[in-house]
Amino acid sequence: MSSWSVTNLWLIPAVPLVASFFILILANSRRRTAAALAILGQIAALALSITAFLPTLAAPGFRSVHNFTWFTFGDQALRLGWVLDPLAAAMMIMITLVGLCIFVFSVGYMAGDKNLTRFFAYLSFFSGAMLGVVIANSLLLLFFSWELVGLASYLLIGFWIDRPSAAAAAKKAFITTRIGDLGFFLGMLWLYHSSGTLLFYDQGRGCLENAGLLAIGASATFIALLIFCGAIGKSGQFPLHVWLPDAMEGPTPVSALIHAATMVAAGVFLVARVYPLFSLGAVNGVTPSLTVVVWVGVVTALMASLIALAQVDIKRILAYSTVSQLGLMMVSLGVGGVAAGIMHLIAHGFFKALLFLGAGSVIHGLHHEQDIRKMGGLRWTMPVTFLTYAIGMMNLSGVPFFFSGGWTKEEVLHATAHWPVSALPHYLMLAGVILTALYMTRQIIYVFFGSARSTDFESVRPREFHSGEAATTTENISVGRTGQRPVFRAHESPRVMTMPLVILALCSILFALVLTPAWPWLRAYLNGESTHVVFGSLIQPVILLSFVLVAAGIGFGWLTYRNAGETDPLARTQPGLFRFLENKMWFDEIYERTIIAFSRILSRLTDWLDRYFWDGLVRLFAGLGQAFGVLSKGFDDHGINAGVDETTSGTRGFGRLISAAHSGQIQTYLGAIAIGMLLLLVLYAWLG
Amino acid sequence: MTPTLQLFLIVSAALFSIGLLAALSRRHAIFILIGIELMLAAANLNFVAFWRFGPQPQPPTGVLVAIFSIAIAAAEAAVGLALVIAIYRHYRTTNVDKLDSLKG
Repeated sequence: MSSWSVTNLWLIPAVPLVASFFILILANSRRRTAAALAILGQIAALALSITAFLPTLAAPGFRSVHNFTWFTFGDQALRLGWVLDPLAAAMMIMITLVGLCIFVFSVGYMAGDKNLTRFFAYLSFFSGAMLGVVIANSLLLLFFSWELVGLASYLLIGFWIDRPSAAAAAKKAFITTRIGDLGFFLGMLWLYHSSGTLLFYDQGRGCLENAGLLAIGASATFIALLIFCGAIGKSGQFPLHVWLPDAMEGPTPVSALIHAATMVAAGVFLVARVYPLFSLGAVNGVTPSLTVVVWVGVVTALMASLIALAQVDIKRILAYSTVSQLGLMMVSLGVGGVAAGIMHLIAHGFFKALLFLGAGSVIHGLHHEQDIRKMGGLRWTMPVTFLTYAIGMMNLSGVPFFFSGGWTKEEVLHATAHWPVSALPHYLMLAGVILTALYMTRQIIYVFFGSARSTDFESVRPREFHSGEAATTTENISVGRTGQRPVFRAHESPRVMTMPLVILALCSILFALVLTPAWPWLRAYLNGESTHVVFGSLIQPVILLSFVLVAAGIGFGWLTYRNAGETDPLARTQPGLFRFLENKMWFDEIYERTIIAFSRILSRLTDWLDRYFWDGLVRLFAGLGQAFGVLSKGFDDHGINAGVDETTSGTRGFGRLISAAHSGQIQTYLGAIAIGMLLLLVLYAWLG
Repeated sequence: MTPTLQLFLIVSAALFSIGLLAALSRRHAIFILIGIELMLAAANLNFVAFWRFGPQPQPPTGVLVAIFSIAIAAAEAAVGLALVIAIYRHYRTTNVDKLDSLKG
């Protein structure tokens, strides 16, 4: 059983990829077939992931690899392979499960789009590429899949190809991540140079095993940092985070997929996968490369949660929350809490997909309005979306006890508390917890509470308003606010969209069962330890601390934003700070002024060189040639013109004759060449 | 079925013919480029096949020629695409039937 699932592990990414191929060659009108194929592919991948998951439960620290030779070049054999271990198995289940929910949601969300088949083909491709990243046992295979993930994200972010902003966002995502991938590629070359293999595990000879690590030695710091460049690009860490918020230009299910299951998860996963390279030669669990990881994560997490406070686009707030949560995971990995980081990654996958799909449901219900200042009061019109969104928000804010996000955040904070280098990350992350609770409260109040702020949403009154309490509540609010009766055109989304929300909400709650300190099954599973139930450890001081922090964040948010109108309370009290945050700390503008301006100057310079220096040289020679021409013309005209005229007229006659063959049609020429070649072949065969 | 030289030559001849057909019949300049690339690929396949079944099949002599030729083909494709873009900017078309200013 176990050996079958290991040797055939490639089926898991292959199934969605094959599904994607078949969808791509479908006619554009076969919408139902396309959706069915994509969802079936995802279900098959989920089933295969579960069969692969079962054997890893057998023994703690299970790891099984299957390597094969791709090709031999001289005496160098290039070997690829896949690995099945708790890390890969847990990630696979999360990706396929979240992916499935997103696929089903897309059926409803994209129902009106004319390119539905293309959309599902790309989605399947995206999911398959990400599964490839997860199972790879070779850095090269991982890099292949990594680039395929990048390509898929490019295609999906720019899915609405007729929007210039979407095309620009897709290009930005592709190019920004490519900068990081350059580092990744260099790190991979260096790794191959120093260890002679790119296989992770190969019966003791892989680059993550003892012999390989011994060969790498001191250069591990540089290799790890170069590989981390790739993770910075993919996971949207500072300073390459600028593409992630712009990636909101894609359809909302794509944002959910990018932010939850695929793409950004790849960077964190990469660091976890090559963790032995980072921790090589660790003194007290600290290495220079891990310290860099921690500080990059800290800066990213705080910066993003501050920016999220001042955004008005419902999806952009979630985008910045992703950036900050990814920073948190990086911090966790950097301080040594690999299991905690991955647990948070998986929990984040569930609740962030939930939040994005919830946002998609809101956007769908409001006919593609994304500005939270124009929303409000949706808790009556979209009850299912509201409830599931609130669960997602509790998860993201880290409310303890009932929500998986709370427990995993606990684990991360716990890991940071004991970092020997500095206590600063721990306190900054605690501040991040308050900020997260604050901006999520702000968002949920703007979207779901109060009354409709926009005058655009007025036509149908939902049935709920006829029931007593609801009617009085909203009436009071709306009389106080606008003096009109509450009227909404907004509507709850169809079942095909709300069901995935419910499933994801249940997942994010039930997932907490394997996370609690009473039965830390997932942590033990990832670390390869055995575990047992201890109920006494359920209450710990750090839980109470974070409970207080989250409560403070939500409470403060409630007090601040409860009566918020069109202008943000923060904008009223601190206009300068608000503008700074609203403009995303001017990162895009800074890059525009520095790096992009620099490359623009460089291209101007080369343009100038081309135009004036090289062209000048060419013109000089041309001038010389012209002068010589004038000279020889004079000689011709006066020296040898007379006798030549006769020859010329003969040549001209002949030229007229053959110019008929020159039709100017390039393909006629090509055909003549082909026929000539054929004739030569026949001649050759005939004459021997 | 063990791979034989004939098999490779048949595949390569087929590839060449498909490429030739594309280059001769398509009107869009980029498709003609693609056809030319297919013909180049057929030539490369021949290189490697003759090396592999030839008297000296040690690595990496034959493969290197093919890799060089692939690199050159890549450069050629870049030049070709640049030409297509330049032609498009000038004539506002890539239909090669319309591009007959070399007519004698």
